[in-house]
Amino acid sequence: MATSIDVSDVHIYYGDFKAVEGVNMTVKARSVTAFIGPSGCGKSTFLRTLNRMHEVIPGARVEGKIMLQGTDMYAPEVDPVAVRRQVGMVFQRPNPFPTMSIYDNVLAGNRLNSKRMSKSEADDIVEKSLRGANLWNEVKDRLNRPGMGLSGGQQQRLCIARAIAVEPQVLLMDEPCSALDPISTAAIEDLIHELKTTYTIVIVTHNMQQAARVSDETGFFNLKAAGQPGHLVEFNSTKKMFTNPDNEATEAYISGRFG
Amino acid sequence: MTSTVDAPPDASPPEIPELEGKTTVGDRVFRALAVAAGSLIMIALAAVFIFLAIEGAPGFTADEQHYDGKGSFIGLVVPLVFGTTYAAVLALLIAVPFAIGIALFVSHYAPRRVAKPLGFVIDLLAAVPSVVFGLWGGLALGPYIRPLHEWLHNTLGFLPFFDGQPSATGRTLLTASIVLAIMILPIITALCREIFSQTPTLHEEAALALGATRWEMIRYAVFPYARSGMVSAIMLGLGRALGETMAVAMVLSSSPIIVLDIITSDNPRTIAAHIAQNYKETTPEKVAVLIACGLVLFAFTFGVNALARWIVGRGERKQAA
Amino acid sequence: MSTLDTLSPMEAGRLPRNAPLFVGVAALAAGALVVVLGGSLVLGAVTAALVFIIALPLWSAVVENRRAAVDRLVTGLVWTAFAVALVPLIWLVWMVLDRGLATINPEFLTYSMRSVIGDEQGGLYHALMGTIVITLIATAISVPVGIFAAIYLIEYGKGTKMSRAITFLVDVMTGIPSIVAGLFAFAMFALILGPTRFGLAGGIALTLLMIPTVVRSTEEMLKLVPDDLREASYALGVPKWRTIAKVVLPTSVAGIVTGVVLAISRVIGETAPLLVAAGFTNNLNTNPVDGSMMTLPVFIFTQFGQATEKGYSYAWGGALVLIVIVMLLNLTARIVGKIFAPKTGR
Repeated sequence: MATSIDVSDVHIYYGDFKAVEGVNMTVKARSVTAFIGPSGCGKSTFLRTLNRMHEVIPGARVEGKIMLQGTDMYAPEVDPVAVRRQVGMVFQRPNPFPTMSIYDNVLAGNRLNSKRMSKSEADDIVEKSLRGANLWNEVKDRLNRPGMGLSGGQQQRLCIARAIAVEPQVLLMDEPCSALDPISTAAIEDLIHELKTTYTIVIVTHNMQQAARVSDETGFFNLKAAGQPGHLVEFNSTKKMFTNPDNEATEAYISGRFG
Repeated sequence: MTSTVDAPPDASPPEIPELEGKTTVGDRVFRALAVAAGSLIMIALAAVFIFLAIEGAPGFTADEQHYDGKGSFIGLVVPLVFGTTYAAVLALLIAVPFAIGIALFVSHYAPRRVAKPLGFVIDLLAAVPSVVFGLWGGLALGPYIRPLHEWLHNTLGFLPFFDGQPSATGRTLLTASIVLAIMILPIITALCREIFSQTPTLHEEAALALGATRWEMIRYAVFPYARSGMVSAIMLGLGRALGETMAVAMVLSSSPIIVLDIITSDNPRTIAAHIAQNYKETTPEKVAVLIACGLVLFAFTFGVNALARWIVGRGERKQAA
Repeated sequence: MSTLDTLSPMEAGRLPRNAPLFVGVAALAAGALVVVLGGSLVLGAVTAALVFIIALPLWSAVVENRRAAVDRLVTGLVWTAFAVALVPLIWLVWMVLDRGLATINPEFLTYSMRSVIGDEQGGLYHALMGTIVITLIATAISVPVGIFAAIYLIEYGKGTKMSRAITFLVDVMTGIPSIVAGLFAFAMFALILGPTRFGLAGGIALTLLMIPTVVRSTEEMLKLVPDDLREASYALGVPKWRTIAKVVLPTSVAGIVTGVVLAISRVIGETAPLLVAAGFTNNLNTNPVDGSMMTLPVFIFTQFGQATEKGYSYAWGGALVLIVIVMLLNLTARIVGKIFAPKTGR
């Protein structure tokens, strides 16, 4: 259960301000796609349009088509809530629900949508998701403790478990390791490798080594100038991007000459 | 750089329908409830004004026998407005120095560890119901500070405030104002405390680093920063004192008159106390007069509170600029 | 400290560290002397305070300098202001306890004032019941309205004209004099039913006073919920209303409940609006839509108005019961705040 995403001619606005313009790309199923680029270039903004989280911000809107399984997710009859069930998201800072235990956090997506399930079904989902997030062995003895009691890296893996518990097709990750220490980061990167056999993964990162390590394809976003909208400069296989990019700007950015 | 869509390898029927047609009934209901609650507040306030206006309108122009021997609405309401203002201003004069002192005590003088509990003790004053304050003011404080009345009369009797015969019961405007002052003290204190503790530490440390004493630091760093906040706190305290009923109604034996003397047994009356003292009234005309008085009080406190908000707003704009 | 020349500039002219203590003891001694010489206790206290406020700056002015003296004067004044503010609080609490405990007995708590003449034993049972009924009415209306209005302000209407209007009106409501709220409820029902006083009208009056407090405190609490949590929930495909109901509200429930309980503790002591809207009676009446209903604050007021020894003692008894209720509510608010606070496990 994984799917590709087709993006054609997407423009993103905050009110009158155009934040990102003219993006075209195809995110391949069961692969890891990384977005890199300098701060403020719109890569996170673009990521948030992929599950319609962008429009949570008042005044924000999107033009263009984003096809998920052959349906345009921005078509008028599509409910953003349904899109988000197909496209899960992990955020920059770990954000487990403070009122819930580890167990309830994993089930949050199901419980909050009032899905009826038996105890054994629920137990299965929790175990499967926590195993999927490489967290099961660390927390299986304290599932009823608050999720906030875990370390930062564990919290982030809990958030990943929570996201995959609703069995999405795609998993978006917005700089998932930027608030974590190197050991936790390594754990998350290993996890991403495992997850891509099941899910389509899109990750935004500031860390180019991380993009090189985890991704199959990479998109480079940049600004023409301050105040201008961001745009997609180059989208290619990670290998090519990091050895022999088509675009000069990409090469300059990757070799550390700017940004 | 776009490529064609990858067909899902397990070409089973894709779950497209899931994207569409999800009901959002819950969302609509919830949103409607929230909007309704907000609207209800707007309607409620409009209703307050409309009902008071409808029921009170005849009170402005009733027959003269309904104005407690004052002849006309103006004749009645002017002394009442005077009494209301007089009592509230006296209360402010007493409360403000203490409130600022206590706020400074909690924010800058008290030892760190006890500052919070001590602030809480002052907040306890706010929890005491006004009727209990009235009871205490009428039965305990009044008789107790009778010697103060006599002392004021003997030493400051040349002032118009203290020249009359001191009351034998101590149930005077002076006593009522002290009770009012105690009641508004926690409000002003809490607001000032809040503002004082928000003074940027940087400003304070800059002053101290220049060799200022603690008081100079407060004068040159804290007060300028807090000025508009202090003024608005005082105005809010004034608004509260204007509308307070029980302290005055229970402490004072009063009538709608204009006198400056605050230690005799002939005391001016406040609007709120006038309404409370006549609450048993059921004759429509008299009720209308009371409601009309209530409207005046409403307009009065509204004006004072609006002024307080305006001052805060101006202070914020200044700081933003 | 032999001569000034041997001191470094930093040590020059400082009072000894415990100078305030010396002066304090000296001030107390002066106060005690006044009492011994036949002055009243109050006069003694005033003397002590004055000596303390004046002596320390004087000493400082001599040894240190003018600026230091002013600083010490202000310090003395600030401490005194706090001490003076404690006097009415302690005095009032002591009076209420002393007089109230002398009045309260089982009959006082379980009798009404129905047909009580002269020195017969009466009680405040009817007022207690009335207070409970009227406060419940006010709570039942203002809590849902207040919480939903706050939800509108924070979750739905941010930045809209309507939300600005509501914020402004809530501000205005905060400033409505309580007696005007009572007049409103009375005028509203008078227009429909003619001039009459009953429990529901009192409840409506209190509602008007309670709503702004509930809206304000709930608003503050909802603002404290980080947007991260809302986004996390949306990203799981949870609709907005479920996000609010199951993530935002549970996260802030401790603060909201605390705010509600404090709002109740504020309105439960309101007298003037109930006097006007709910009236007074000596009989037990628990039907909020039929006839006057007695409440504790009005009981205190009317007993005080009797101007008899018995009336005064009943008023003190009522005051003690009322204060105990208010303090219990405040205590509950604090405990609830602790219990429901999100557990971090750390």
